[in-house]
Amino acid sequence: MLNTMSTPAKLLGSTKAYLKRNTGILIGLLAICVIITINSKSFLSQDNIMNVLRQISTNMYLASAMTMVLIAGGIDLSVGSVIALTGVISGTLVMAGIPIPLVIIICLAIGGVCGSVNGFIISRTTLPPFIVTFSMMSILRGATYVYTGGTTVRVDNRTFINLGTGYLAGIPLPVLYLLVVLVVVFIILNKTRLGRHIYAIGGNQKAAEFSGISVRGVRMFVYVFSGVMGSLAGMVLCARSYSGNPVAGNGAEMDAIAAVVLGGASMAGGYGYIGGTMIGALIIGLLNNGLNLMRIDSYWQIILKGVVILVAVYVDYVKNLKKNKSN
Amino acid sequence: MPANLNRQHSPEGDDILTQNALLKMEHIHKRFPGVYALRDVQLELLPGEVHAILGENGAGKSTLIKILGGIYTKEKGEIYIDGQEVNISSVDDARAAGVSVIHQELVLVPYLSIAENIFLGREPKKKSGLLDRDRMIREAKKALADFGLSLSPETVIADLNIAQQQMVEIVKAISFNAKIIVMDEPTSSLADKEVEVLFESVRRLTARGIGIIYISHRMSELGQIADRVTVMRDGEYVGTKVVKDVTTDELITMMVGRSLSRYYTRTFNECTENVLEVKGLCSNKVHDVNFDLKKGEILGFAGLIGAGRSETMKAIFGIDKVTAGSVLLNGQELRGKKTKEIMQFGIGLVPEDRRAEGIFPEMSIKFNITLKVLQEFMKGAHVDYPKEDSISDAFTSRLAVKAPSSETPIRSLSGGNQQKVIFGSWLAMNPKVIILDEPTRGIDVGAKSEIYTIMNELAREGVSIIMVSSDLPEVLNMSDRIAVMSGGTITAILDRTEATQEKIMQNAVQY
Repeated sequence: MLNTMSTPAKLLGSTKAYLKRNTGILIGLLAICVIITINSKSFLSQDNIMNVLRQISTNMYLASAMTMVLIAGGIDLSVGSVIALTGVISGTLVMAGIPIPLVIIICLAIGGVCGSVNGFIISRTTLPPFIVTFSMMSILRGATYVYTGGTTVRVDNRTFINLGTGYLAGIPLPVLYLLVVLVVVFIILNKTRLGRHIYAIGGNQKAAEFSGISVRGVRMFVYVFSGVMGSLAGMVLCARSYSGNPVAGNGAEMDAIAAVVLGGASMAGGYGYIGGTMIGALIIGLLNNGLNLMRIDSYWQIILKGVVILVAVYVDYVKNLKKNKSN
Repeated sequence: MPANLNRQHSPEGDDILTQNALLKMEHIHKRFPGVYALRDVQLELLPGEVHAILGENGAGKSTLIKILGGIYTKEKGEIYIDGQEVNISSVDDARAAGVSVIHQELVLVPYLSIAENIFLGREPKKKSGLLDRDRMIREAKKALADFGLSLSPETVIADLNIAQQQMVEIVKAISFNAKIIVMDEPTSSLADKEVEVLFESVRRLTARGIGIIYISHRMSELGQIADRVTVMRDGEYVGTKVVKDVTTDELITMMVGRSLSRYYTRTFNECTENVLEVKGLCSNKVHDVNFDLKKGEILGFAGLIGAGRSETMKAIFGIDKVTAGSVLLNGQELRGKKTKEIMQFGIGLVPEDRRAEGIFPEMSIKFNITLKVLQEFMKGAHVDYPKEDSISDAFTSRLAVKAPSSETPIRSLSGGNQQKVIFGSWLAMNPKVIILDEPTRGIDVGAKSEIYTIMNELAREGVSIIMVSSDLPEVLNMSDRIAVMSGGTITAILDRTEATQEKIMQNAVQY
């Protein structure tokens, strides 16, 4: 694969393609950075950058998985609730003295099971993914409240907390997990047959069936992956905040979806890139951080976030309109 | 041919009729960035005339129609309706001028009723401002009855078949007081019987003095329905002829600019060795289907729409469930196997509905061609890109796909080129048996002829082909044998030496 002659040229080519594809949001990202830098001295400090990355990472786990879900023509609204459920479960298990590796495996499995229920129903019936995962969102959120009786589970196990707050070589651990997730998703989408099949079933499900692709299997995979990423986010959040909170992850699915769509993916399926999602998630994360640094009222922050997302998607829309016209 | 016409021959031999033209388009120019889409094109339509426009894809037919329908605006040229110059710059302008276009893809709203569709966007209101449903239904009923249709105006569009939907489109067009109706490939998804019904209504329209512009790739229809034909090529006007006075060969020569010496290229060989045997095959849609397929043979499947031809193929290919019987490929049972496994045994299927079942519209030509053979260049997390390119290039060049590059999204290709890409994607998996369901539907003459040539080459190489087709000349000229289906089963298998159009039709209407 690494043909020495063509590698630099190829790399240059794909970088060019990346820049071209994401021009709009890259400019947006840059603009946001510039505005924040002008208004806040602390923004560019290493501490703050690491802090932002750590904050973004949980949304990125979800958004990475959501990229595949959306490309495959689906949607997963239940991940926010998976965060809460696995957060409180990991908290209670850790406090009950269960070995941490086992806790991690159990929680990832729970996320996987939640995703597989979504995947099973969606792939075996024609029920719309929106409704199936919306119901699951409600069921899991309710289950979390029932499980904890509505209270927060405190965690004081240093080892576990360290998994969310610690550093390795100056980089926050959650950011390192994120790098792994991004690489995995990138490889799946770009280098494997499974990835091609994900694009295929989102692009035209009927044609995928006629091409001998296991539509059910692919669907199952993306939802299970999404559930697992939800549980990863749940545990990291629990460790970072020293507690499993049943309200955690409320609306997290929407931030994830927004990141993916900002990154250029199509809600109708068949189109999307992990590289775009990365920028989308950065924009959303920086907005949260920057508006805080600029001491903007938190209620106004919510409004501004909506406006920025709308503008970004609109710019993209205009760009596509022009592209289609010139074709 | 409308009776009120005097024919004059222009010096070029074109049949130009100048008296009381309903529509005249003259010196029409249209440019898209960098290319001339239309250059000095003309068209003339008389009251009560059916005027066909012929041309390969890209000849400029649809651009011309879009200018008339107000979707594009012309750069230069004049349009006269009833002798008055008109300025058409929007769909509303076109409608006001009496032009109605029935597009190839029907644009009815599926879950609204016939009446609601007819009055879409101009619903009658009561004084209170609420919808006057009674009036809408009453008027729709009258419009349907006027046209000899016994449908209830409250029927939901989704419950109608395609032919009936087309009738509704026509009724809708008339209800706008259209004087000129453009029909874009109206028969491309109709069975022969339904085509008859359509022609019947076209005649009813012309009897009222309405002029019809008729776009079709099916040359055989012209003799039945059209009075005159205008041929276009590469955005230019080639000529106008009276259909009765012109032969198919002459028209093809006009369209492609050269003579297609042999349109159906087929060299027949003796086929003896059995490859595929289907015995007593049943599914929810077909019953007791029996046939065999020999090595290097083309077996045609004829029949009306709904006879169960595509459904038989879907059962063989593992898309529809087989409830009884067996499918043997070289003696191996395929019944109950998944599509993926059946593909591995060496069977391919080019589906009937290219857009819905064949292409991945947003993806590149390369993606579309290689999707079924990913295992040849992708292992684990490793992609052999040069190999991928070579597979893609091999089949785009073998099928002579015309496109800027293999990265071009397939949706931007013409129908014929899309079909070639899909065909290529199945050839890439090197099948022993390939099922082609309506392989040339809605594609232009040039692409058709290229597909026939490839079918012939494949058969010579020993690939067995099943060709489901509603195009009888195609079935008769390309097949070694012809299976005729009716009512979900095979009613006859005819040898090419004994098959005729009549024999096929007799067997096709048995049930």
